[in-house]
Amino acid sequence: MSDFVFDRGNDVASQTPRRPRATLGSDDAEEIFASINPKVLGRFIPYLKPHKTFVIGAQIAVLISAATAIAIPYMIGQAVNAAVGGGDNARLDQIIAIFVGVVILNAAAFFLEQWMSSRLAQRVIFDVRRSMFSHFQDVSLSFMDKTHVGRIMARLQGDVNALQEFLESTTGAVGDIALLIGITVALLSMDLQLGLLTLTVIPALIVVRAIWLPFSKKTFREARDASSTANSALAENIQGVRTVQESRREAMNFELYSEKARENMAAQNNSAAMTQVMVPTVDVLTGLAMGIVIVVGGNAVLGGRLDVGVMVAFIFYVQRFFDPVRMLSMQYTIMQRAMAAGHRIFEVLDVPVTIVDKPDAEPLADFEPTVEFRNVTFGYDPARPVLHDVSFEVQPRQVVALVGPTGSGKTSIIALAHRFYEVDQGQVLIGGRDVRDVTLDSLGRNIGMVLQEPFLFSGTIEENIRYNTEGATRDDVISAAKSVSAHDFITRLPEGYDTQLGQRGRNLSLGQRQLLSFARALVADPQILILDEATANIDSFTEQAIQKALKVLFAGRTCIVIAHRLATIRDADKIIVLQQGHILEQGPHDVLMANQGLYSRLYTSAHASFDDAQVAATGDAEFATRT
Amino acid sequence: MSDSRPSPRDAAADSVSIDVSAMPRVLRRIMGLALRYPGLVALAVGCSIGAALFSLTLPRLFGQAVDQAHLLLASETASVEDVQRALVSTALLVLGAASLRGLLTGYGGYVAEKVSQKVAYDLRLSFFQQLQRLSFGFHDKIHSGDLVTRGMLDLEGTRAFIQGGMMQTLTLVMLLSVSAFMMFSTDVTMAFLALAFVPFASWILARMGIMLRVTWLRVQQLMSVLTLTMEENLQGIRVVRAFSAKAFEMGKFDVAADNALQYSFKRITLRFRAITAMTLSYYGSMALLLWYGGHQVIAGAMSVGRLTEFLAYMTLLQAPIRQIAMIFASAARATSSGGRVFEVLDLEPDIADAPGAQPLAASQGVLRFEHVDFSYDAGRPVLSDVSFEVRPGQTLGVVGAPGSGKSTIANLIPRFYDVTGGRITIDGQDIREVSLASLREYIGLVQQEAFLFDTTVTNNVAYADPWAAEDRIVGAARTAQLHDYIAGLPTGYTTRVGERGVALSGGQRQRMSIARGVVPGPGVMIFDDSTAAIDAVTERKVRDALASATKTKATVIIAHRLSSLMHADQIIVLDEGQVVERGDHQSLIAAGGVYAELYALQTRADGGGLSEDLPPEPTSDLEVVANQIQGVRA
Repeated sequence: MSDFVFDRGNDVASQTPRRPRATLGSDDAEEIFASINPKVLGRFIPYLKPHKTFVIGAQIAVLISAATAIAIPYMIGQAVNAAVGGGDNARLDQIIAIFVGVVILNAAAFFLEQWMSSRLAQRVIFDVRRSMFSHFQDVSLSFMDKTHVGRIMARLQGDVNALQEFLESTTGAVGDIALLIGITVALLSMDLQLGLLTLTVIPALIVVRAIWLPFSKKTFREARDASSTANSALAENIQGVRTVQESRREAMNFELYSEKARENMAAQNNSAAMTQVMVPTVDVLTGLAMGIVIVVGGNAVLGGRLDVGVMVAFIFYVQRFFDPVRMLSMQYTIMQRAMAAGHRIFEVLDVPVTIVDKPDAEPLADFEPTVEFRNVTFGYDPARPVLHDVSFEVQPRQVVALVGPTGSGKTSIIALAHRFYEVDQGQVLIGGRDVRDVTLDSLGRNIGMVLQEPFLFSGTIEENIRYNTEGATRDDVISAAKSVSAHDFITRLPEGYDTQLGQRGRNLSLGQRQLLSFARALVADPQILILDEATANIDSFTEQAIQKALKVLFAGRTCIVIAHRLATIRDADKIIVLQQGHILEQGPHDVLMANQGLYSRLYTSAHASFDDAQVAATGDAEFATRT
Repeated sequence: MSDSRPSPRDAAADSVSIDVSAMPRVLRRIMGLALRYPGLVALAVGCSIGAALFSLTLPRLFGQAVDQAHLLLASETASVEDVQRALVSTALLVLGAASLRGLLTGYGGYVAEKVSQKVAYDLRLSFFQQLQRLSFGFHDKIHSGDLVTRGMLDLEGTRAFIQGGMMQTLTLVMLLSVSAFMMFSTDVTMAFLALAFVPFASWILARMGIMLRVTWLRVQQLMSVLTLTMEENLQGIRVVRAFSAKAFEMGKFDVAADNALQYSFKRITLRFRAITAMTLSYYGSMALLLWYGGHQVIAGAMSVGRLTEFLAYMTLLQAPIRQIAMIFASAARATSSGGRVFEVLDLEPDIADAPGAQPLAASQGVLRFEHVDFSYDAGRPVLSDVSFEVRPGQTLGVVGAPGSGKSTIANLIPRFYDVTGGRITIDGQDIREVSLASLREYIGLVQQEAFLFDTTVTNNVAYADPWAAEDRIVGAARTAQLHDYIAGLPTGYTTRVGERGVALSGGQRQRMSIARGVVPGPGVMIFDDSTAAIDAVTERKVRDALASATKTKATVIIAHRLSSLMHADQIIVLDEGQVVERGDHQSLIAAGGVYAELYALQTRADGGGLSEDLPPEPTSDLEVVANQIQGVRA
């Protein structure tokens, strides 16, 4: 079948697998129910505090709404009583008038309750989302590095939304409890004996529901998992559809998907059966309660012990009194779901913020743009330092190139200069001041940074170039673009500087995106610039523009560059050669060449031919661990 | 301004109104899907009718019970024992009717759900299959997120209509008409009063249902702006930190969040205003009924049981009437959702097997482009009059600026698009006349970036041949210089990669793509800029490893790094879709044209120092060299 010859040992099994090596989508599902934890509940209180009026207002409204809802069947009973036994027209009119009043009050209270509690729920979930989002702006980059954006978004969206249902229904739960108590009191006070008898079905319903609930939750969870598994398979096939078609996987993937779709259908049916099973149960119990009212109540009316109106009222109460029980048991489930979400939300909010301004931190202003590392030792895991006792100085408006193999600590140096991480030992000084003594905000405004991978935001090109530099005018933006040779391609775009960047600039080439990120740094006009040169190959035409743009960027600034281009390195005022977190040598190109150290060897080998260096090469740029 | 930002749900977001004219067509089609299961639908309908009938006997039984208990006080005709017996039998009838109503409602609901799940299953499979059949041309134009939304949310919206729209409407109509019949045949005035709220309530609820749907779409649109803001912030967190842009970013968040919040507030007001109005009309009706009926009872024109009966009818109708809002919301949702699902299902794939297409009969594997023209959607020509021939064992290099049409050549060969002029042949057979499956099996295309599936390394490498033996997978990984990395992972080839697994760098993904491309052992290999993110040294190793494999095959290499293809037997230089130069490396350099200029550019970036007989790699990255030296020292 294959005519490939691979260099491999013969010891490797060469059988075809018994099952295809194929899966579709993934089936990771997060736990959706958690037991109720007062601590987690308590942590929502601060979010409710600013909206006290709404909280209290909604509670009052729900109590009025429950009370009037209880009064309605009672009023009906009263009206019937006024009509029977000869009747009393005036009293009937009076009761109807009161009935109308109760109904209006009920409607108004209902509206206020729902309106306030829904708005409150929305407000609170936006506040929770905001504090999470804000927290993500402050937590250490090490945390952000470790966490997939998709996961974070699931917290910000799914978990926060799960709270909405809970918050909306909490007010309702108060109302349902009030309703349950109210109906019980109303029944017992109208007729103790009939009331007690009728109420015997409520414990029956509670027991039935308590047995049913765990099963229902199980099937619900299974249905949800099956659906997310099927959807994940669909999503994966859509995102990878080109590969699917290239690899002719259509038939096999269809098989795999059909199976998941079938499992999903079965799970949904099970869940539906579990839900529907409750309908006849409630109806049988309701029928039973009504039967009791008819037989016992009817006999009491017969015996003259009970007004016929009370019997009518009972019939109307019985039709309603399972509602609060059903609602409360639903709210219990909702609450368990909210607990699981709340737990994950607070897990995020509890990630400590490690890098903060000191209380007496001052903004960095009026300083000579120098950078100094003084005996810096640092590791992402302090037990395994990636920088050892690193010291160097960058004079104002010097360009310093960092050179060294992957894992030598270049990226860590530039991250520390911006205080993305905290040093373990030693000091990083900007303008002679320890970065820990100045405000983070001023650090960001004075130190510009161009990353290896240009990142653009959606919005127009102009907005991207102006990013966070509020004072920049359109002319500033255009002149920056001109200086980095981006103006030409920008004006060739359909709407020039107002062109919307789709999907973070996917409509631009890598080189063009790079130029935009240069322009962005230029508009910010920092005194110190940190730049991580892109390694990826850029087409030759753009490459020329980039070389030119770099010169413009460097002019008049203190620069630290992780350099890959020989031209950049050669032109630097100082080259720092790093290896395994140590500075091997530093100095200008000529001096280092004269030193005959690692740099000169590197330079010579790169200059003449790669093949010499290739002899026993095993290292690989991408395989090495992150610096 | 923020409104014009692209959102994940573009298509839905663009139209925040419901196309009422499409409603009957789409809804009829959904019902048609359900009617593919006539037995189950009939069962569900039967249950629903039965439930409605049993439900409607309850008010009469209540009235009867009240009269039995009450009237006896007035009349002396029946004995107490008779009445007691009558009460017991009424109670049993109530219990029976309520239980049967419950059983039928529950069972009918289950059956209706089952029908809807069957419809969903059918739709899911057709949707999935359809997306696999639609060509790249379709997928280029539509955002994958939009398709996922259609396959998940829209499909669900379509399904939900069967239960929430179709069956609910039936139940409602049954209850309303039967109860109206029963009431009108009992007492016309009372019937009018009891049903007085229905027209107003229906109107207000129907309007609300549609408004809820429309405003929901708008909320989603506003929320997607917020989602985009958050997502970009997190993806670009280093830029945000570098610019100390927290305040700026929070500002963006607050604007987007406030827009969404204010709109959902409007929605809340809209919703509860309508519900409150409906409730008031209902109780208004009831007050009138109670007032009129009460006076009738006093006047002796009506029994108290009859009044109770009418009140009970009203109680019974309240919940189903409330459902009107949900029915209309469901219909509105199904109209837009169903429309979006059917839109995809109704497309005719523009690339499919010709009638009677035979499998490709490849002998040698000679690839020819004969005067090929291509343009997307009859727009600007992307390729004009491109001709070349690649014989087995030969390599064709394709160079050109971005947008010159290089990748298009790669995509035309496996027929991801069809040529608009000329033809492409393999061993003389026009690729449009052979079966797609055999063609694509024969062509190995290695793309710029591998899409990683969320599964193990093994499954990813063996994607095009899930039955591949392990040694072939390992061999492919070795060829692509990926084996050492994989072997170094804690769980080796069973390591999960992709979205929830280990993240691979750009270069590693490219090598994955190469490994994947060689596993099935294709007859023609195409490398579409598939080494751009791989350093030159590794690239050379990949090339050497592939050399023996490609010795007998036609190979096309597309690149902008000349070192990747300057060894090719033939190189074509593309400019705006036309072949402007052709020849091998030496002759093109000698010609002093575009190619020679490009070569000069790329080698100059290197810092000069060309030696005549050993061309240097045009890319020089000190980091790579440093890694090599490290290797030597270690």
